[in-house]
Amino acid sequence: MITPSAPAVPPASPRVGLFVTCLVDLFRPSVGFAAVKLLEEAGCRVEVPPAQTCCGQPAYNSGDRRDARGVARTVLRAFAEVDYLVAPSGSCTGMIRDHYPALFAGEPEEAEARALAAKSWELVSFLTDVMGLDRVQAAWPGRATYHDSCSGLRELGIKAQPRRLLASVEGLELTELAEAETCCGFGGTFCVKYPEISDAIVTKKAEKIEASGAGLLLAGDLGCLMNMAGKLQRRGSAVEVRHVAEVLAGQRDEPAIGAPAGGEPAAAE
Amino acid sequence: MQSTSHAFKDNAHRALGDPELQRAMGHVRSGFIDKRLDAIGKLPEFEELRDRAKAIKDHTLAHLDLYLERYEAKVTENGGKVHWCADAEEARQAVLRICRSLGAKTVTKGKSMVSEEIALNDFLQEQGIEPVETDLGEYIIQIRHEPPSHIIAPAVHVTKEQVEADFRRVHGHLPPERPLSEPTQLVSEAREVLRQRYLEADVGITGANFLIAETGSSVIVTNEGNGDLTQTLPKAHIVIASLEKVVPTLEDASSILRVLARSATGQEFSAYTTFSTGPRRRDDPDGPGEYHVILLDNGRSSMLGTEFEEMLRCIRCGACMNHCPVYHAVGGHAYGWVYPGPMGAVLTPSLIGVHEAGHLPNASTFCGRCESVCPMRIPLPKMMRHWREREFELHQSPAKARVGVELWAFFAKRPRLYRLATGLAIGLLGRLGRRRGRFSSLPLAGGWTAHRELPAPAGRSFQALWAERNQGKDRA
Repeated sequence: MITPSAPAVPPASPRVGLFVTCLVDLFRPSVGFAAVKLLEEAGCRVEVPPAQTCCGQPAYNSGDRRDARGVARTVLRAFAEVDYLVAPSGSCTGMIRDHYPALFAGEPEEAEARALAAKSWELVSFLTDVMGLDRVQAAWPGRATYHDSCSGLRELGIKAQPRRLLASVEGLELTELAEAETCCGFGGTFCVKYPEISDAIVTKKAEKIEASGAGLLLAGDLGCLMNMAGKLQRRGSAVEVRHVAEVLAGQRDEPAIGAPAGGEPAAAE
Repeated sequence: MQSTSHAFKDNAHRALGDPELQRAMGHVRSGFIDKRLDAIGKLPEFEELRDRAKAIKDHTLAHLDLYLERYEAKVTENGGKVHWCADAEEARQAVLRICRSLGAKTVTKGKSMVSEEIALNDFLQEQGIEPVETDLGEYIIQIRHEPPSHIIAPAVHVTKEQVEADFRRVHGHLPPERPLSEPTQLVSEAREVLRQRYLEADVGITGANFLIAETGSSVIVTNEGNGDLTQTLPKAHIVIASLEKVVPTLEDASSILRVLARSATGQEFSAYTTFSTGPRRRDDPDGPGEYHVILLDNGRSSMLGTEFEEMLRCIRCGACMNHCPVYHAVGGHAYGWVYPGPMGAVLTPSLIGVHEAGHLPNASTFCGRCESVCPMRIPLPKMMRHWREREFELHQSPAKARVGVELWAFFAKRPRLYRLATGLAIGLLGRLGRRRGRFSSLPLAGGWTAHRELPAPAGRSFQALWAERNQGKDRA
């Protein structure tokens, strides 16, 4: 079902355009810097096209195709020149890779959309599947668990890749989360359109996370992470929440998602 | 049945606050998923079978008129009669005419979602004919005066303690001190009560999982055998089926049967797979004297050739709802009409209108798990999105959401302006939230902060920090 969308052998030093994603850009720049570090260490030349905002999902999933196309056009233009588009999000990558071709079907930019889709990758799977990375140079003491965000898992087939790289992080013990493939209840605008239902879903997720015994929760999508972090904190849970890229990059200086600035990161226990 | 789909939010609110329902839904979450996984794990060719099942239905839908006519010709040849019904009212009247012609006082019924769709039970009752549901789950909800909450497990929202109380209330003729706390005791009591009803019934009504054009047969799958008694004992057997149930050949039905039970209950096959082909023949020892098929359209033919055509591949296994986080949270009744969960979110607006059922395709996280388990590979999220597009075009989406999206898109299409506006906003939020790292409440973010903390933005965007870092590099 999952077919690699670019040749397995990349150019020696590919020109990678980082699609930052709107949430990382606005809420948690450290994820973007972690992505840059990982990509550069893997041998990529990273650039960040300035004229990018969002992939357009909020409009697309609200039924507003015209505005979705309008936003998507900014992405088509901004990333036309690079060898690859890489994003620290399965959801945004899924939008670009799986949905842009449909969104632009019959439009003048259809060929452009197809070309962009074919060279777009989620960060972790790009590192493993394109750049051939099987380990990272990072240390992070403690026990972590991993939630499989829906779009990455089901649209892009991302499951083994983050686990493989996390296994190489020194000091990190990965414990599996029960029902890791069940949605966290974020769903983009869903979480504010149907807050009660979203809450019921994320409450169950938080219970599973707490039961895992891990002190650190990781995932590859900031939307899901903010949802789960917000719920865990409201419940008074001590579990720290971070984007998987931050741990793979060994980037420990940033407080966990939703944690106060300034404090030392607690060892995840 | 009367729809309450427009009140989905209120329905969901009630469901979330109903402890009995929540307890019952816990069994759905744990039961179906693992059983399906086990079953498909034992069948290496499951994925190819899905492709084949999909291809069979796609082919049939492309030639639906041909196969329906072929099916009717075969049914007629076998001595049965097909009643073409455009809508629910025509279907109800057709059933009534048959019942009247036989002077029927009671009818037994096997499980049929189409019968729910045309609200047959209430109608028959109004006409002085008593319908008796014989599927255990259907029987339970009939005595509770409730609609089904799941398409294959209609009483999945009911706990066994509630069933015990219902049986004690309704089966007043049985000794009050009898033990009734075990599922097996409940099943045998239902069986005993129903046994007599089979013998009294004048007409037996069943649904159909498939109609086979090649042979004129209808097929039902059950786990209780109640369908067999329903259709063989009375004077007439009425099959109620919607027109997309037709498949070309016996072989095709067999192929789809191989994915049906595995996807539904994790069984290799249901306990009973029953083929019925016309009324009793001269040499048959038993069987119904008459055989009728109520062939219902009710809006389906108008889905052909639209972006919703693929929904007509659905074989009603229930896997989509068994894997749906929203269904798990609120149960089937919240959806407000006959078909719940992801398949209902696509089908219901087609059948009763997107104006009435507009919430359903919106109440999805688009997690995609429904599509990933659908044996017929129906792109459910994509079709829910198509409904959202229709609603947006019809200006039916809530004004607040609409204005919000359009305002956001105005900026998101203009990167420079976007950077300016978002920079100001996160700068402010970053300063306000820096000390705690998060917000417990925030104007305009109540939908989020009612239930969870909002992580505070770092205060400066990645783009701003990146530009700064690179300027630094340039100078160095």
